Amino acid sequence: MSNSHNQESSYLDYKGRFKGIFAWIFSTDHKRIALLYLYSIATFFIVGALLGLAMKLELIAPGKTIMEAKTYNGVFTLHGITMIFLIVIPGLPAVFGNFLLPIMIGAKDVSFPRLNLLSWWVYIFGAAVAISSQFLGNGPPDTGWTFYAPYSFRTTTNMLPAVLGAFILGFSSILTGLNFIVTIHRMRAPGMSWLKMPLFPWALYGTAWIQLLATPIVGITLLMIVAERTLHIGFFDPTLGGDPVLYQHLFWIYSHPAVYIMILPAMGVISEILPTFARKPIFGYKAIVVSTLLIAFIGYFVWGHHMFTAGMSGTAQFAFSFLTFLVAIPSAIKVFNWIATLYKGSIQLKTPFYWAVSFLFVFMIGGLSGLVLGSLATNVHVHDTAFVVAHFHFIVFGGVGYAFFAALHYWFPKIYGKMYDEGWANTGWVIFFMGFLILYLPMFVLGIMGMPRRYFDYVDEFSRLNIVSSLGAILMIFGLIVIILNLVRSARYGKTAMANPWGGPTLEWQISSPPALENFNEIPVVSKDPYDFSNVKLG
Amino acid sequence: MITSNLSNLARGVDTAFIVILSVIFFFLIGLTVVLIIFILRYRESKNPVASQIHGNNKLEIIWTVIPLLIVMAMFYFGWTGWKPMDSAPPDDAFEIETTARMWKWSFKYPNGKRLDTLVIPAGKPVSLNMNSLDVIHSIYIPAFRLKKDINPGSERNAWFIANTPGIYDLFCTEYCGLEHSSMISSVKVLSADEFESWYADSVSETHIAVKTEVSASSRGKQIVQQLGCNACHSADGTKIVGPSYLGVFGHEVTVIRDGKTVTVTADEDYIRRSILDPNFEIVEGYNKGLMLSYEDLLSDEELDLIVEYIKSLN
Repeated sequence: MSNSHNQESSYLDYKGRFKGIFAWIFSTDHKRIALLYLYSIATFFIVGALLGLAMKLELIAPGKTIMEAKTYNGVFTLHGITMIFLIVIPGLPAVFGNFLLPIMIGAKDVSFPRLNLLSWWVYIFGAAVAISSQFLGNGPPDTGWTFYAPYSFRTTTNMLPAVLGAFILGFSSILTGLNFIVTIHRMRAPGMSWLKMPLFPWALYGTAWIQLLATPIVGITLLMIVAERTLHIGFFDPTLGGDPVLYQHLFWIYSHPAVYIMILPAMGVISEILPTFARKPIFGYKAIVVSTLLIAFIGYFVWGHHMFTAGMSGTAQFAFSFLTFLVAIPSAIKVFNWIATLYKGSIQLKTPFYWAVSFLFVFMIGGLSGLVLGSLATNVHVHDTAFVVAHFHFIVFGGVGYAFFAALHYWFPKIYGKMYDEGWANTGWVIFFMGFLILYLPMFVLGIMGMPRRYFDYVDEFSRLNIVSSLGAILMIFGLIVIILNLVRSARYGKTAMANPWGGPTLEWQISSPPALENFNEIPVVSKDPYDFSNVKLG
Repeated sequence: MITSNLSNLARGVDTAFIVILSVIFFFLIGLTVVLIIFILRYRESKNPVASQIHGNNKLEIIWTVIPLLIVMAMFYFGWTGWKPMDSAPPDDAFEIETTARMWKWSFKYPNGKRLDTLVIPAGKPVSLNMNSLDVIHSIYIPAFRLKKDINPGSERNAWFIANTPGIYDLFCTEYCGLEHSSMISSVKVLSADEFESWYADSVSETHIAVKTEVSASSRGKQIVQQLGCNACHSADGTKIVGPSYLGVFGHEVTVIRDGKTVTVTADEDYIRRSILDPNFEIVEGYNKGLMLSYEDLLSDEELDLIVEYIKSLN
């Protein structure tokens, strides 16, 4: 099947109306848009990671190490805004969702290709506005990425552009979500019923609904901040008659589901990779689909666990804690099914598999540590400490980040038509994995010992573990450099990839690498289950 | 972790910790071991042909129901451990007015004594009536497992019993700006007797005028320390958040008043104005809005003593 496509020019070589860079930034091809996102996100990620490294270097010893407190507060704010709003929220859907969703459901593109291009432009515009906060006005914002009121009204720093940037980025997210929902409903290939759809599109479907329904709330909230700061309407600031806790509710009504915007696609990626490398169907396909939808649904009602010390009624505390424990169940079901998928498999030990398995390990730590935060008594002790920072880095960086690297290596041959160098890829993974654990595990202990987060300086008893953590950060960055250099070099000089190098069963492996401009010559007719390995051929 | 008995809240919290951490380590170790065994046993070289298994409904039910029961148990321990933190303080609790403002704590006792550290008796309920003057702060005493946000504009109560004399850390754990990580204080727990004599003795310290043998400026220095002014102002000329006290008095200062730059002489009135209405004039090179008025916190007599102290730093 793949041979017939080889003569046709791939999406990478296609020459359309525009030339040079314009052939990319004005392209409505979902694959080119995916790569636009990949390059923008990779650029921001390098900046965000270096800011993170700067923070860990500052914390390697008590007192001032490499920067002033004011700089540190600006650095952790920018690190948070960049990583959350510019990288992990758009990340997997914008890059791999765009590239793969149409192909995996047997379509030539998304439903609204021009809206898709607009989403990228809105993303770049929002990013530019957010970044301008660093250079204009009274110095970089120092509120943290949460912009808590009333501090965000008191600080003299330039926080409005950062808030407006986040507001604009929200539209990009909403438009992508809308596009994906319509695409999944309307453009599945003939024969692909809902339960024949692969799990990555399923995850994107759950995610898209959260993007569509939850993002407007943060948009409204951020506008209320703008109105309060410029027109002095009292929503959140007690001196104007507002309530600072209201801000926290509105902020987390979006920002907690946003965590599921981040993690659901990551779970989808893992559900694709494990069957391919175990050469057997995913264990409990339906259970994984149902748990995806349950996470997307229950995830709306647990935001209060970010506010257990803020002063809510006992009833609210009870309900939010209870629901938080409930949302742990579908995630646990997924982990059990993933592990069971390996049972009696024939496992190829390749780089994407290593990333997927290390995802399982760090995701278990991230998820299980979340139980400490869901429980009221223990939450109060570790809330706003290094424990929370460790927990969400295990989920967001460990979960989403590992899935992103897994996806990048898994679909690399499909995207570029080249193979990465496996030796370097595995070396990079080992160094990164070690560095990651050394960096974040000590922070759990620091949190239980009582070290608050967002601390520029700390008392001596915390110093030993901070040294370990900072050394882990240096090791991890070193691993990242190896990984990124290997991928960049391989995209150019790598060996030519086959259409199906891993023996994957889903539709993207049945077309050429890289895909032709319109993916399929003829729209395929689907009759098999997505993870049916009976007729899969390598090569 | 062994349950701590340092406060009445600690045991409930630590029990929940032990239950939850046990579950965490059981699942983490168990699942990781299974994962590693599967990878070793079913790798391609050992098991060249995969069995095409699609799932097992019985297993799905088992691993839904059992975790559901376990999380309900964890929820229960979390709830019961937290309940005491939400209860009203007992009637005989020793009440302390607690004020948080950007980067300092202030604790005021019923007899008028005011400190920037919290001194309390062991074994007796202590009730903190907490207010914030500017942004959200959060009182955190890790050893006592106590943490509560203090939102400006509404009073909050936290009560507890400290069991063992000693000195413990007290942090602010809600990010509150530039010097957030310096908003640290400590809790000094004294035995009931020690506390009794400290508290009685402190009466004479508070009514400053009684101690005539001490100079006015050194008493002013003491007040400045107790209020925590030194978090933002130095006595040695170092520029922190606000101007240093050193060499200010009697000199010309360039300030911004109503958006205009003017030069004023730092006399006694200027010092008083700077404390009671700090945003009226802002010294050039510093930021507006960071300091709030101390009008309600100082008596006229205390204000005079602070002025004497600043005069002495010339």
